Formats: sequence, structure tokens, C-alpha cells
Amino acid sequence: MEASRFEAPTEVEGAVALLAAEEGARVLAGGTDLLVQMRLRRGVPDSPPPPSVIVDVKRIPRLMRTQLDAGGLTLGAAVPAAEIFENQTIKNRWPGLAEATDLIGSTQVQGRATWCGNLCNASPAADSVPAMIACGTTVVIAGPSGEREVPVEDFATGPGKTILERGELVVEFKVPSPASHAADAYLRLIPRTEMDIAVVGAAVQLELDEDGTVQKANVILGAVAPTAIRVAAADTALVGSRLEDDAVNAAAAAASAAANPIDDKRGTITYRKKIAGVLTRRAAHIAYERARAR
Amino acid sequence: MAKIRVETTINGEEAEFLCAGHQTLLEVLRDDLGLTGTKEGCTTGDCGACSVVLDGRLVPACLVLAPEAEGRTVQTVEGIAQGSTLSAVQQKFLEHGALQCGICTPGFVVAAEKLIEKNPDPTEEEARYFLAGNLCRCTGYDKIIRAVLDAAAVMREGTA
Repeated sequence: MEASRFEAPTEVEGAVALLAAEEGARVLAGGTDLLVQMRLRRGVPDSPPPPSVIVDVKRIPRLMRTQLDAGGLTLGAAVPAAEIFENQTIKNRWPGLAEATDLIGSTQVQGRATWCGNLCNASPAADSVPAMIACGTTVVIAGPSGEREVPVEDFATGPGKTILERGELVVEFKVPSPASHAADAYLRLIPRTEMDIAVVGAAVQLELDEDGTVQKANVILGAVAPTAIRVAAADTALVGSRLEDDAVNAAAAAASAAANPIDDKRGTITYRKKIAGVLTRRAAHIAYERARAR
Repeated sequence: MAKIRVETTINGEEAEFLCAGHQTLLEVLRDDLGLTGTKEGCTTGDCGACSVVLDGRLVPACLVLAPEAEGRTVQTVEGIAQGSTLSAVQQKFLEHGALQCGICTPGFVVAAEKLIEKNPDPTEEEARYFLAGNLCRCTGYDKIIRAVLDAAAVMREGTA
């Protein structure tokens, strides 16, 4: 393999300067995608060259910080998955988001992998992304012309494609605290019980009134389209209900209809569409029970 | 390209090495520092054979770049036994015959030590999930899990 330079800036501005200066610059957060890609491309003819410079962002304090207050969570882009789901406050406030994060990879991979990597790798099957969207998460991006904040929902534009422009990097995530009777849940299906990629993922966040009637719903699917998708018709089906069978069945049917998956070794189109409905139903029930208990 | 000089702490001792920017911690441990206990399996983070502890976190050394170790602490399987006295986990792996070819064993030992540190009384299910990222193609896992649970029991009794 050709050599890559290694840089570990301690400020966001330093990282932006390095990324803006060279087209071949790549961000290293957990490395669970970047280093694997570099390894798999090594010695393979016609594969993309290794990064000219690897920019390790874990020495930037802002990217390693976890800040929790009444308003919500501000999480540094390079905080490893294990640190996120081991945080009891995060687990209590956003159980679905913690579940999704806990599903990524092995214990070893969770010691490295980050939300920013899961988002920037832009796999349609990323587990944390539907859960982040369901919770209304936004992402702060720094670049040569300053910072911008965008909803996670608008970040990926296709498999492996994002809105990030040259010189830009993800700095932190902002997750608003759920309303007083709101909660989330995330479920995914894989062919085994651990260490696999989602066939379908479903994240649901529900906000209830005092009587348990759904006021707001966010139903997000992963692995069934080029990016995570919002099922607006499922949101509509659940709002105004107390999760009676009719409402949940309508939401599940909407999810199956919205799913636009591929056929591959993990599942057929027919199967994935069906499972999208099943997981939506189950995740809605879990989110509802959690919201009721609050 | 100029090599990078890295100062780090490995198994409690100060260590210093030169590496290229794209070299992994696994490569440096094995090829430059002679710490060949950490095994190279898949090199893509799937098999757990290269498990080490970096600043207290269990990580695959194949997915860590060597220059990242600057100023950090690294623990490898070589640092687990106290001289010639094996740890409870190591002893129980021997007693239960929890290995055949041995390639996965250092990774399992490093990961199991971390499991028991975090959860001194794991259920079988918890142990199996925690260790799901450590692949073994010989044993069928049962003996490994029995060894880990037995080691945890011994450590709880303080008789290790």
C-alpha cells in the first residue's frame, strides 16, 4: 500500500484546514469503515488509492465530549458507541437510540465505532441513523466557511453519498430531550442474533398526551431504501390513536408500502417489505409502553 | 516518507516505536515490538483475534492505527499473567481445554478479562453476547464459555 500521512489536530479548524487542502484527505474517527476499506483495497488493481492524509479527529476535545442537560444531548462526533450506550442517562432518555447504538458490531468494534462514522459511511443499513432521525437529531458540520447544522434526516443522499463537501467534517450531534410523555424504540432483523447487518431496521418515537393518545409519531425505516426513510403515512396513521389494532395495522401497511428495498443474500424484496411492517408494529408498541410509563 | 515516532505505554511499561502513518497497531505490536501474542486474523475487525485494551476500552488492534497510540495505554495478552502465575481466566482455559489450535485464544482471554471486570457475575447469555466478536473455528464455544463463567466464579470468591 502507498503510504498515508497521519495527522492528529487538536482543534476543529486544524482538521478543516487539512481536509480542505487535499482531496485525498480522510477523517479517522473509529476507523471501523476507513481502515477496513484501506485493507480490502490494498493490492487490488484499479481500486481507489489510499488516503493521502489520515486526519485523526479524536484529539479534538469537542469531538470527544458528552454534554447532557435538560434540553438534550450534545455528543461529540468521535465518541465511541460503547461510551454512548453505557451512559445511563442516555439510555433512560433515549432508549431506542441506545439500543440501536448497542446493536452496531461486536464489543471490540463498539470500542471504536462512532455515530459520525455510521452516518458518514452512509450505508442504507446503518443502525444508529433511523434511531437518530426518530429522535429529531441534528448534526453540526464544520467546514472552510464556518459551521452549519442540518437534520440527520437530510444528511445521506444515497448509499455511500452524503451532503458533506470538501473540507467539511461532522463535529457533533444534538439530540433534543423527548417531551414529557414521549419515548423511542428501535428494532432490527438480522438472520442471526448478533454480528450482522440489518435486513430491516425500524425506529419509532411517539409523543402522547396525558390520556395516552398519540400526538406525534416518527416512523423511520433503515435498510429498505437507498437511505433511511421516514414513513409519513405511518406517522399519520398513529397520530390520534391509542395504538388500537386498526391504527397499528395501518402504520404497518404504510411501512411495507413505503419500503423500496433490494434483493440480496440477506433478504428478498417481498420479505423485507413484510418485515418493515412487522418491525414497525412491534417498535410502535414498545415506544408506546415506554411513553406511557413516563 | 518520514516515520512517526510514537511514545506509549504497553502493559504498564513505557514503549517507543517508529511507524508509518497507515500502519496498524496490530502490525507494530507483532512485527516491530515482538508482541506476537496478539494474533492477526481477519484484519477487518470481524474475528477478535487481535483484541487489545486501549485506554481501558476493548478494541481490535487491526482497526487502530499505530500513531493513535501516542500517549495512550495499551494492554495486550502478554500483560495478563503475573510473571509465571496465570490469571484465573488463563488457568480456566487450560483446565477446561477451551482451545484447540489456539489462534483465537489470546483475543478471547483479553476480551474475557474485560467482560469479568465489567460484569463480575455474567450469565451464560451475557458472556456469549459480549464475546460474540471473538470467533473460534475449533471448539464450538461451549468449553470457552464454561471456562469464562468458571473463571468469573473463582474471581468472585477471591480464590483466584
